[in-house]
Amino acid sequence: MTASRTYDAIVIGGGHNGLVNGAYLAKSGLRTLILERRHLVGGAAITEELMPGFHFTTFSYAVSLLRPDIIHELDLVKHGYFPLLMPHSFAPADDGGHITLSKDRNLTIQEISRHSRRDADAYDQYGHDMAQIVQALKPLFDSVPPNLFSGQAEDALALADLAKHLKGLPQRVLHNIVRLLTGSAADFLDDYFEGELLKGLLSSSGIIGTKVGPRSQGSGVVLLFHNMGEQDGVFGNWGFHKGGNGGLTQVLARAAQSFGAEIKLEAAVSKVLTTNGRTTGVVLADGTELHAPVVVSALDPRRTFPELVEPRELPEDLVENIQRYKFQGTSSKVNFALDGLPEFPGLDGTQFRGFTNIAPSMDYLERAFDEAKYGWYSSKPYLDCCIQSTIDPDMAPAGKHVMSCFTHYTPYKLKGSDWDTERDNLGDTVQRRLEELFPGFSKLVLRREVVTPLDIERTVGLSEGNIFAGELMSPQLYFFRPAPGWNQYRTPIHGYYQCGSGTHPGGCVTGGPGRLASQQIVRDLARSGPAAGAAAGG
Amino acid sequence: MIRTTPFHERLAPLNRTGLWQHWSGHLAAVKYQMDDKFEYFAVRNAAGIVDTSPLYKYRITGHDAEAFLAGVLTRDIRLCRDGQAQYTLWCDDSGHIVEDGVVFRYSSDHFLLTSAEPNLAWFSDRIGRQRVLIEDVSAQYGSLALQGPRSRGILAALDDAVGGLGFFHHTPAKMGGAAVNVSRTGYTGDLGYEVWVEADDANAVFDAIVDASAGQGVIPVGMSALLMLRIEAGLVLIDVDFHSSRFAYTDEERTTPVELGFGWMLKDIATTDRAFIGRDAIRRELTDGTSRWRMVGLKVDWQDWDRRYRAEGIIPPKDEHPVVWEMMLYDDGMERVGYTTSFMYSPALQRHIAMARVRPHLAAPGSKVHLEVTINHRYQTVACEVARPPLFNPARKTAAASTTNPAGASA
Repeated sequence: MTASRTYDAIVIGGGHNGLVNGAYLAKSGLRTLILERRHLVGGAAITEELMPGFHFTTFSYAVSLLRPDIIHELDLVKHGYFPLLMPHSFAPADDGGHITLSKDRNLTIQEISRHSRRDADAYDQYGHDMAQIVQALKPLFDSVPPNLFSGQAEDALALADLAKHLKGLPQRVLHNIVRLLTGSAADFLDDYFEGELLKGLLSSSGIIGTKVGPRSQGSGVVLLFHNMGEQDGVFGNWGFHKGGNGGLTQVLARAAQSFGAEIKLEAAVSKVLTTNGRTTGVVLADGTELHAPVVVSALDPRRTFPELVEPRELPEDLVENIQRYKFQGTSSKVNFALDGLPEFPGLDGTQFRGFTNIAPSMDYLERAFDEAKYGWYSSKPYLDCCIQSTIDPDMAPAGKHVMSCFTHYTPYKLKGSDWDTERDNLGDTVQRRLEELFPGFSKLVLRREVVTPLDIERTVGLSEGNIFAGELMSPQLYFFRPAPGWNQYRTPIHGYYQCGSGTHPGGCVTGGPGRLASQQIVRDLARSGPAAGAAAGG
Repeated sequence: MIRTTPFHERLAPLNRTGLWQHWSGHLAAVKYQMDDKFEYFAVRNAAGIVDTSPLYKYRITGHDAEAFLAGVLTRDIRLCRDGQAQYTLWCDDSGHIVEDGVVFRYSSDHFLLTSAEPNLAWFSDRIGRQRVLIEDVSAQYGSLALQGPRSRGILAALDDAVGGLGFFHHTPAKMGGAAVNVSRTGYTGDLGYEVWVEADDANAVFDAIVDASAGQGVIPVGMSALLMLRIEAGLVLIDVDFHSSRFAYTDEERTTPVELGFGWMLKDIATTDRAFIGRDAIRRELTDGTSRWRMVGLKVDWQDWDRRYRAEGIIPPKDEHPVVWEMMLYDDGMERVGYTTSFMYSPALQRHIAMARVRPHLAAPGSKVHLEVTINHRYQTVACEVARPPLFNPARKTAAASTTNPAGASA
């Protein structure tokens, strides 16, 4: 043994889930080490000062889904948790029209009524229905899902509880859940709304990060997922953490350290050590061995299984299921440093503090998706922009701004080209689109950062650049995330666990996987020591 | 016709809501934009401009000014140095609070006292033969508060005298070409200042502050957000957290300094030879242990709150707008042991909080009480923990200029 120290638990990956998991493990009394490959923690939730005074949220850019239990259980407020209000959701159209949804209901109704009087109370109905759906699913979102295939009594009990919970739901709520889990965002939204601009705005939550159009089956579940979050108790609302999501992961790191977790940076793990089907620790890229009876991977399923352990150590069906697991990242980021506030004709930049959603209709989104289906990026992309410095002035020097633009659709695999070739062209495409809507935009640009799916994969390690560590589609959720039989954070190797966004409840900055995995680990340790999956899948 | 403040000409066009309320006979903006919570965050994360001009302002001068105030104010004004200010109370003979306010000391014969309600008769009637002049100068001055982490940098750029100003100190300064007085005081519990100006200079000073704030996320903040901020800051409000003894009908409505959490003002009460109104009654209260209440902060158990509502099929409400009527508190045996006076969901603390009165034996931080709420028209209780106010208390509030609070670390 060449190890200098031993730990009770080693967490691989200092993204938000790794930090959450490590914090909980440390809080439960385990000597915990969190290993991060890069020079900073946060994974895909980081903030970088790319120009003096300009802070870019390189990848993820807003908060909503962070599980409220984590805020309190890890005492995050004490460590600086501070989600700021994003007051507006602004959707401009090419004909000069626009709609702004805001926190104030009266203003929102007034805005919606400008486009369609019918949509005004339909919007309240939609919000109410969605809140009931979220309320019904929240207990499932925040607990370890049952294993359908274990044959264990506790899973049978959990399944019975689940059936009872679902049977107890009002018919309309249960039906809506099924419609969202299986159908398209468009079908769901068409039942409520007629205004194209509003439908473009709302349906974009059904495609974010996912290779679907609003009319594809499967966009319903993405729409649902993006409404599962909450901001100060309001479901579906989004906030902006002080300092961006890098500010949030710094808070998580401080919380983890306050419970005694150790964080080691620039410590890439090359392999998980196993002996007789049991993990004993990890080997770093520099050859250092670190030992612990519990090793938790916060990486995505492809890294966690076939890359960190030998496939021959794993059951064939798991290897096959991970091979079939869809990553197919389709999202990019284009971030701008700006010399001033962009203006939309007739409005100044203080009137769209928050999200600016470039999707004037569902047709627009569907056309943008068409190009991705055939292996190219959208010539008129969907953009989810935010001038973050209008919410947190510390993001940019006085009078200057940073603008984050989530960009969709940009498939990981391009037909006849690659992202190293197309990176700047994508930046130009996005900038051109913004210039069309915000005349004079290009003149404001001081710096542009283009982050393609390939860059996400290279920098963060997310396979194929999928921001959710694997598509959020029903065959890859709940019972099946990341694979049938392996949805309870355990793996076939004793003591080796998974806690990344590739596990339930999934992607976005939820921390849910990290928290639930820690519960499973602590429960296993209390029973009989580090465990393996109850039974091989299938 | 309701009056307007000296800053009205500048602030009125910024009020995009058309919503105004009356504050001490003046128009005051409820909020300047529909999202008052955004104004709240401006104060907590950048800075907000609050027009506090409707406060009553009394200039107290004369050879006996210090002795006079030492006799009428509960807190010892003799401990306040020139260039400092004190948050203070005044009580009646029975040791009940008449009102609270801030007194600014320029010299032993020159003070400025602010209060929320008119007090000229009350103070004037107590001058007796002392050589003291009290003038109501409320209309002659405007006051503009700049509150929030960026306030120091902005005001110091206008006059360096502000940069080194200590908590509850004040200094003459020059802004927009006008002579002003700047105090490091406020009603938000954050780093912040109030700028006191001659009414005629209001526009020039306002413009100077707005210019210096450009591009820094500074916005005007209305009464609605101010009332959220003050609860997190644990700052009491008359007619909400207490009532003036002058206008109370029963002693139940009245409160003493000790009961309202101001025992710290009275550390030398047992020994002081300072005769002030209410002293003997307060001494008796302390000696006999007759205090009925203690003002405390409450932190609501977040999970219990959510659980109770969810169990009833209701999405747990989390509203930052204060509840300013009483909510009852019980002990483990379901005996009534207190009540909240101000209650809200705190975005900064991510939970419901309250300013409350509890029986003295439950005042220690960590004590458990149960808050009564109605859910589906039925009474239920939610677990709470007593905490020492202010519940939101960033280091920057009182820190010297050289130490800055790390971004985000707030409570």
